[in-house]
Amino acid sequence: MSNDIVGELANLSQSLKFGAQRLDALSAEMGQIAVQAASNAGHGNDFFIIALTVLVLAVFVGYHVVWSVTPALHSPLMAVTNAVSSVIVVGALIAAGPTGFGFAKILGFLAVILASINIFGGFIVTWRMLSMFKKKTR
Amino acid sequence: METLSGLAYIVASVLFILAIKGLSHPETSRRGNRFGMIGMAIAIVTTLFLPQVQSYWLIALGIAIGGAIGTVTALRIQMTSLPQLVAAFHSLVGLAAVFVAMAAFFAPDAYGIGTRGNIHAGSLVEMALGTAIGAITFTGSIIAFAKLQGLVSGKPLTFKFQHLLNAALGGLLVLLIIWMAAGNSTAAFWLIIIVSLALGVLLIIPIGGADMPVVVSMLNSYSGWAAAGIGFTLANTLLIIVGALVGSSGAILSYIMCKGMNRSFLNVILGGFGGEAAGASAYSSGDKTVKPGSAEDAAFIMKNAGSVIIVPGYGMAVAQAQHALREMADVLKKEGVDVKYAIHPVAGRMPGHMNVLLAEANVPYDEVFELEDINRDFAQADVAFVIGANDITNPSAKNDPSSPIYGMPILDVEKAKTVLFVKRSMGSGYAGIDNPLFFGNNTMMLFGDAKKMVEQILKAIH
Repeated sequence: MSNDIVGELANLSQSLKFGAQRLDALSAEMGQIAVQAASNAGHGNDFFIIALTVLVLAVFVGYHVVWSVTPALHSPLMAVTNAVSSVIVVGALIAAGPTGFGFAKILGFLAVILASINIFGGFIVTWRMLSMFKKKTR
Repeated sequence: METLSGLAYIVASVLFILAIKGLSHPETSRRGNRFGMIGMAIAIVTTLFLPQVQSYWLIALGIAIGGAIGTVTALRIQMTSLPQLVAAFHSLVGLAAVFVAMAAFFAPDAYGIGTRGNIHAGSLVEMALGTAIGAITFTGSIIAFAKLQGLVSGKPLTFKFQHLLNAALGGLLVLLIIWMAAGNSTAAFWLIIIVSLALGVLLIIPIGGADMPVVVSMLNSYSGWAAAGIGFTLANTLLIIVGALVGSSGAILSYIMCKGMNRSFLNVILGGFGGEAAGASAYSSGDKTVKPGSAEDAAFIMKNAGSVIIVPGYGMAVAQAQHALREMADVLKKEGVDVKYAIHPVAGRMPGHMNVLLAEANVPYDEVFELEDINRDFAQADVAFVIGANDITNPSAKNDPSSPIYGMPILDVEKAKTVLFVKRSMGSGYAGIDNPLFFGNNTMMLFGDAKKMVEQILKAIH
């Protein structure tokens, strides 16, 4: 059993070494791509920094808010975050929105269905759970 | 218009944060849920007013179909099946993320990120990441669903070079993303989807059934990061904020679950735990013997006790014993017995699973306590009533360094004057190890189905 693990680890380190070499070569390529991207992205680059700022700050907010959730309500937390993450429907609506008909519109339509299942299902099941949590009546 | 929609999205973001914050207490949680619904409504309506959205009939149809399916499912689902439902819902978010990324790739002009075949490299990387995480979430959640639903065995499925294969696929994924970003390659995009779908399956199959709380939390986190990735592609801060919230929420839940088992996240994710769960079936092992008892014995002991602490586990959920259990507690309370419930962080198949089941059976939430709040009380309790739980009460975790669960925080049920253990057989728990508690002098084993046993005890108390 432990021999197996040792062998596998050796294999793994071998392949990691190989991967590191490949990555070295790739990082040079990536550098070129990045330069290219920066030159033709224009305002897109500005948004990237703003977006990254938003992401990092939101992670902090999330961290503090989630630790304040009582362990008893961890199941509803999961259900409600699941419902909330379906806000991806925003992207789906834009895909399904244009006039005319095409592959992207079909994809948008399917994504709207999937996200809607989640939105309705997620919020309703959360509501069902929360309505069961009651205080002592006596 | 852009400013207006931006403002509306901020309002929606704040409402989502309030929705999670509301869950800090059961009293404020329902209002929080309403905030969440309002936030979602604002997000959708705002998007519908965007100039890119011109045709509404397909959208209306999609929302009607999805809404109907979601509503019916959520209203019909049994609370014991909650973990499966959540896993299934995660898979949908993952797939939706993949579809949105595909739509953005094939019709980038709708999102203002370039033209077909000429998308900025940065957008392509973000798109590829969102797609990959979404696809992994999709198939990973389907496997988790199948394991929780019992469609496939909950046993970990391991094979040689498994981790090597996963690492190789991960490396391949990185190469594909670079290829796609460098050349706007459609082939690379499809390959990313295929490899990620495969990776999702391979990552989850080696993880055993009782580790699913961690997996479900982790996939919860992934679905958030997928949304954030798509948010970067579409330059939409609402998606980024929500993605980060959900992503960190899932990550924290995974952390709490791992801590509840005293195992590292990596140890859980690499899987293979609890594989060789051999059912030790003898009533005696070596010179140790167990004391089996009857429902009448248990009824007598509890009726004459001053305080009883009930410790539920996954077995209670499987047997649907929570309603009978609450009736039993009610009768005991009428007899003047103090009844409390003790919940271990990893009891059940998802975080907070036991709390929901007890709430469903009308157990007031102020009688239900978390491990650190009640563990001291066992020393003063007359009876610890363990129903459908095993490993989370195993004293080996405290005093046997060779035990696989050594160091895991456990409920100190052995300190109670009498321990009543409702169990189907002498089989070991998920970790596949003996529980010395079964052979304790103050332990009485009540063999049988959890629900039937509780009903018999109930009858005997009357």
